[in-house]
Amino acid sequence: MTAVDAAARDWTRATAAEMADALAAGEVTSVALVQAHLDRIAAVDGADPSEGVHAFLHVNAEEALATAAAVDADRAAGVAMPRMAGVPIAVKDVVVTQGMPSTAGSRILEGWIPPYDATVTRKIREARMPILGKTNMDEFAMGSSTEHSGYGPTRNPWDLERIPGGSGGGSAAALAAFEAPLAVGSDTGGSIRQPASVTATVGVKPTYGGVSRFGAIALASSLDQLGPCGRTVLDTALLHEVMGGHDVMDATSLDEPVPAVVEAALAGAAMDLTGVRVGVVKEISGEDGGFQDGVKQRFEESLDRLRAMGAETVEVSCPSFEYALAAYYVILPSEASSNLAKFDSVRFGMRVEKETIEKTMLATRAEGFGDEVKRRIILGTYALSAGYYDAYYGSAQKVRTLVQRDFDAAFAQCDVLVSPTTPTTPFKIGERIDDPLAMYLNDVATIPANLAGIPGMSLPAGLAPEDGLPTGFQILAPAHEDARLYKVGAALEASLVADWGGPLTAQAPEVAQ
Amino acid sequence: MTTMTYAQAMDEFDPVFGIEVHVELNTRTKMFCGCANEFGAEPNTQVCPVCLGLPGAMPVTNEKAVESAIRLGLALGCSIRESSRFARKNYFYPDLAKDYQISQYDEPTCYEGALDVVLDDGTVVEIGIERAHMEEDAGKNTHVGGTGGIQGADYSLVDYNRGGVPLVEIVTKPITGMGDRTAEVARAYVATIRDIVRALGISDGRMEQGSVRADVNLSLRPKAVAGESQDDVPFGKRSETKNVNSLRAIERAVHFEAARQASLLLAGRPVVQETRHWHEDTSSTTPGRSKEEAEDYRYFPEPDLLPVQPAREWVEELRGTIPEHPAKMRARLREEWGFSDLEMRDAVAADALGLIASTVEAGTTAQSARKWWMGELSRVANDREVALGELPVTPAAVAELQGLVDSGKINDKLARQALEGVLAGEGSPTEVVASRGLEVVSDDSALEKAVDDALAAQPDVLAKIQDGKVQAAGAIVGAVMKATRGQADAARVREIILQRAGVEG
Repeated sequence: MTAVDAAARDWTRATAAEMADALAAGEVTSVALVQAHLDRIAAVDGADPSEGVHAFLHVNAEEALATAAAVDADRAAGVAMPRMAGVPIAVKDVVVTQGMPSTAGSRILEGWIPPYDATVTRKIREARMPILGKTNMDEFAMGSSTEHSGYGPTRNPWDLERIPGGSGGGSAAALAAFEAPLAVGSDTGGSIRQPASVTATVGVKPTYGGVSRFGAIALASSLDQLGPCGRTVLDTALLHEVMGGHDVMDATSLDEPVPAVVEAALAGAAMDLTGVRVGVVKEISGEDGGFQDGVKQRFEESLDRLRAMGAETVEVSCPSFEYALAAYYVILPSEASSNLAKFDSVRFGMRVEKETIEKTMLATRAEGFGDEVKRRIILGTYALSAGYYDAYYGSAQKVRTLVQRDFDAAFAQCDVLVSPTTPTTPFKIGERIDDPLAMYLNDVATIPANLAGIPGMSLPAGLAPEDGLPTGFQILAPAHEDARLYKVGAALEASLVADWGGPLTAQAPEVAQ
Repeated sequence: MTTMTYAQAMDEFDPVFGIEVHVELNTRTKMFCGCANEFGAEPNTQVCPVCLGLPGAMPVTNEKAVESAIRLGLALGCSIRESSRFARKNYFYPDLAKDYQISQYDEPTCYEGALDVVLDDGTVVEIGIERAHMEEDAGKNTHVGGTGGIQGADYSLVDYNRGGVPLVEIVTKPITGMGDRTAEVARAYVATIRDIVRALGISDGRMEQGSVRADVNLSLRPKAVAGESQDDVPFGKRSETKNVNSLRAIERAVHFEAARQASLLLAGRPVVQETRHWHEDTSSTTPGRSKEEAEDYRYFPEPDLLPVQPAREWVEELRGTIPEHPAKMRARLREEWGFSDLEMRDAVAADALGLIASTVEAGTTAQSARKWWMGELSRVANDREVALGELPVTPAAVAELQGLVDSGKINDKLARQALEGVLAGEGSPTEVVASRGLEVVSDDSALEKAVDDALAAQPDVLAKIQDGKVQAAGAIVGAVMKATRGQADAARVREIILQRAGVEG
């Protein structure tokens, strides 16, 4: 590429891998990349939460440019660079960032500036990736639409009337709107995968413990997992390798090397899946209804593509998945009710001053938390109460064990399991806000992976013919086998992109400005 | 309502009690983070995102604390669970940074033990141990204004330095059948725990600093009637008196609660199951949280931590490090050393047993070692307001000093001067004796000359001695000692005087 071409190029449309290569080749500077994305954010994100995509809660322009300038200077001086140095990234607001607001989408943390970095933040800084800002999310990651953010909803770049998924709608929308090439997400029941599905982007929930949770504001500690989000499988793998690895600050972190996911993504792009056994999970593939026709159609077509590349597909049954959603909505609120107790006004965040500490705590929590958070705190507090513990929390843990056993049995027959990521394409903002159960059903296919701690990926499967909106293809692998997701995902992506003539996100309508 | 005495209460009722002891471990760092675990630092200087409960922070278990807890469990005769786990105890309080405490609930690391407690008269009582589990301490609230409580205070200050300090909580089984010895047993039990944690070296065991704290549960039940077994009589409602922080207070708290409950019961009024606060100044208790506010702690397994799974071999290795039971060690030493009850009790009270034992090991008799440590050295320690063990003298030096006395090189008076030199850092006893020229004058010719000089100065004395008034020799001995600046062997001087007078000694 000539210098003129590079200057003329809209770098926000490039993949992260292309950006890294161009930086290494001296074809573009990190400052130019960061500035292009800041300009894009200014153009489409909306000056006010009521307009635009509203993917960002905080734009970190000054620091991002400073990081970029330092990277450019060091590169010019011949200093050895990590591979992703200079490639900008967005970080979900659930991850604490020293010196930068970190609210987890909640009013109760408005104005709080963390005095420390999450391990993932530290790794991103060590990788010398400029942080563009913090992305919007459902409050404390409770939701599937970003409508539960304390700062107003994020809008889906495919249709600003529609939800971008949740809880990580901000990260997914930022990718789909070309406001960032990469983003950090967190997935407790599908919060990376479901937004990826409805925005036609890629998101991976790694094996539980594969990415340190230290510094990720906890929703449900036994389910939470940070993971990478991108527009391509390879980009997602590149970020996965930056984020992953053992951390002494997280006792649940896996003490093993990061799986070779980049290598797997590159291998998958060769589109040879000979010998790969793919299991179609009966219970979450729409056989029993509840799944949109276009979603099922794109899923079936994707299966055909896998078979065409040499994969063998079999149907498997995971009967306990029927109870997974119910168990999840006991375990999650239980853990959340405890994790969110610390928001008591004493040490940080919002304080609504009253005459006694008890009243101050009550008033702060009443004002600071949104309805969905309160709903789940009440649920969890009830489920853990003396006399109810065995019936609720105890039973839910048993279901969890059954789900794990179902996966074990399924993986004895297959290398990976697949399903549509979500039952439907993105719904309209406001459509399900008053119907929590309908909202919860969004996550029926993604939740089992969190209960079992296994890795999962969502990648675009095409637009549903009936509404022209994105559908997602979910791949699940056994614990520690994250690389399988990338191999199969990259193969499917290559097959689809060959027909689409480029990434699906390129087909998204230009965001109204 | 008649107010009962403890003795009257014990006449009327059968007491049942149990004790929860919290031991603060002396690990270098806190239970779940790397902050220093030290008493007395400036408020909120030993804190980090983890022990402040900041959003996103996560705990990591301190392995040294687990080791201390297991050793304590083994010393209490407990079984060590192959897999135990932490649990969250949820309640809101400003000193609890996360608004939950990481503790252990249904799977404590140490369980089912038994501990022999030796009473003052030598009676041995076995106390059943229900469990010993790990947990983290809370911070410390200071309420300013109002009545000193959190309600009505003008403002409250919180110091999180103590938040996250490792604790082991030891819970007894219900202790029955102690009758009027209940208070004594309660006291002796806590004293034994304190001695054990000190002997293990896992805590400084200082009750006045709160590193060993006790909660005393007590209830009364009717005495069995004829033909009925006391074991068949159901327990009464109990009170739990919190934070009783001295041995004397434990005895007094039992006295107060037994008398209070007996008075209520005899008046036909119910005892309320409740927690009560101990007041050191008035030696009494007052109600704490009422029943309406009773907490449901909503325990559940701590998802941020892995189970504690100590390897069998490691536990056995730790078992090999458990010191002898303090009371049994005392009995054995008392026997070996031939101390009287009083001598033993004084040595225990002065925390001198180890020092005496080491001194004996270095080659002196137990009585000589005791004499130094409980005499001169106790006096010096008292003057300097330090513990005996903190004096700049080793048991080996004390043994060496006594060796010099035993061999006649120095006398007791010179030995005290030599000790002074040792304490002043002038070197070993032998070095001090040499450098200060303290050796006893035993050269007869020098002594004979001194005696002759003294006799010449007091010519009448010789005649008195020869007349049979042998005690008159004392004046000459005194003069000789003065002339030799105390370095003469007084007995030998006396012999020479008598020889000069031509009388037998």
